[in-house]
Amino acid sequence: MKTERKLWKEILYHLFVLAGAFIMIYPLLWMVLSSFKPTDLVLPTSKQLIPTEWTLRNYIQGWQGFQGYTFGTFFLNSFIIAITSTFGTLFSSSLVAFALQRLEFRGRKILFGLVLSTMMLPAQILMIPQFMWYRHLNWVGTYYPMILPFFFAIQGFFVYLIMNFIGGIPKDLDEAAKIDGCSYYVTFFRIILPLIVPALVTSAIFSFIWRWDDYLSALLYVNRAYMRPVSLALQLFNDPSSGSDIGSTLAMSTLSIVPATILFLIFQKSLVEGIASSGIKG
Amino acid sequence: MSTRSPDRSESGFSRWINRESTAGLVFSMPFIIGFLLFMLIPMGLSLYYSFCKYDIVNPPEFIGLNNYIRIFTKDATFTKALGVTAYYALIGTPLKVIFALVIALIMNHESRAVGFYRATYYLPSIIGGSVAIAILWRRMFESTGTINAILGSVFPGMQNFNWFGEGPAIWVLIILTVWQFGSSMLIFLSSLKQIPMELYEAASIDGANGFRRFWTVTLPLLTPTIFFNLVQQTINSFLAFTQSKLITNGEPRNSTLFYTVYQYNKAFPAQGKSQMGYASALAWIMLIIVSVVTLLLFKTRKKWVYDA
Repeated sequence: MKTERKLWKEILYHLFVLAGAFIMIYPLLWMVLSSFKPTDLVLPTSKQLIPTEWTLRNYIQGWQGFQGYTFGTFFLNSFIIAITSTFGTLFSSSLVAFALQRLEFRGRKILFGLVLSTMMLPAQILMIPQFMWYRHLNWVGTYYPMILPFFFAIQGFFVYLIMNFIGGIPKDLDEAAKIDGCSYYVTFFRIILPLIVPALVTSAIFSFIWRWDDYLSALLYVNRAYMRPVSLALQLFNDPSSGSDIGSTLAMSTLSIVPATILFLIFQKSLVEGIASSGIKG
Repeated sequence: MSTRSPDRSESGFSRWINRESTAGLVFSMPFIIGFLLFMLIPMGLSLYYSFCKYDIVNPPEFIGLNNYIRIFTKDATFTKALGVTAYYALIGTPLKVIFALVIALIMNHESRAVGFYRATYYLPSIIGGSVAIAILWRRMFESTGTINAILGSVFPGMQNFNWFGEGPAIWVLIILTVWQFGSSMLIFLSSLKQIPMELYEAASIDGANGFRRFWTVTLPLLTPTIFFNLVQQTINSFLAFTQSKLITNGEPRNSTLFYTVYQYNKAFPAQGKSQMGYASALAWIMLIIVSVVTLLLFKTRKKWVYDA
């Protein structure tokens, strides 16, 4: 009798949580499934999730892009920007994290404070100041503002995340390397770097997704059609004057979240742990 | 040093570079340069421009405190934008944190399916900042969109509801931010897992029921996490840009004009001259506001956050 009640409770629990999950991903389901409907049926059949008539036309049509460039160009641009800036972030952040976590030197505390303060000083506050500075540097109209700063560990969040991870590595390893005559540089590259790979994977995924989604920088710094990343291209494509329709817009929107979704599905576990251990914005 | 033979002079450098104090600075160098080049200089530059009239085309002209005076005395849009942003932050943030906490409590359950549920609830946070979601949100809440179609079949009369009217438009954005409670939820879940079982057992022996156990054990131990989430989400909501720019662009009648969007519109107006000096002053005011709000939140910390 008691176990039966427990079973019912368990079933109810799962039904409830599943219903919640359905509501949570309903918007995404709607977008993905609508992108396979004939474009003029998207709105009239918006209550119906599964298309009665499946079509790939929206994808074929949407991929053609606009103003002479296909979405192939825009996707390639986004990959270039997101991958290079992510590489820069990982490399520079792990160097700085090692210094702040393991080395004793003058100014360490101040630097740590500044790293934390960059977490409170996000891109939106710096938007105007940075724009004017990059204009001085003649960087407007280039990818520099979207790539170069990330080679200088400017996102405190990643430094902090990697610091926490290094903190969990036994210090004996460094000490042993020191006794063996390794310099700090060799210690970092030979001993620390291979051990922080899990933290680097987590950082890489967050960095890639954030750079991929970055619309503000593209809006400020990209002024030629062939240089547009997907974020900016998609927003312009959404405007009916680009010759798009709701079907092709939804199709390209769906494609634009595929990379992030795939990364999420593959690395779900390390993302969840990364957030749990260090906390994250978003 | 002078007693060293010439062939050892190289080791002078190598000893210097291998000193812990030098290595620390060498490893920190990317951040030191980056902070100067991409934070400090731009901020300093914009502080100077905030005292100037500057339209990008012509050289800046020093006008003292005029931008600030105009912002605080004559600019009704500034007050409006600040109000909209505060409303969004004050309603959106607590709602998001409460949702995150409640769902985390529900997810704190022994079952193999929980991993799958957690991922599903978290997915919107991962992709929520994208342009795709902004476009989708606009389409869903349009009067002919799927939200009205569903609401209309439950509550007749809702099928033509205008979500982008002056009152509800801000709620379209609040719903969007609350939908992305996933990362706060995960932070709560990991703190929940750290609460020692013995505490619950002790409370049960003392005769505390489920609700009381939550009130006397779980909640106090979660206050540091609640605090952390509140601070982070408040700052984020003060700075929301992409979604508000793309979904409503401040419309209608500035009822969804976020501070950051207002600042952007001053710097890069759709028509007319850029007001970079004015926008710089707006950026500095925002920086001060965010710092003060963060400081205030930290001041209240002692009152309600339980530190073990």
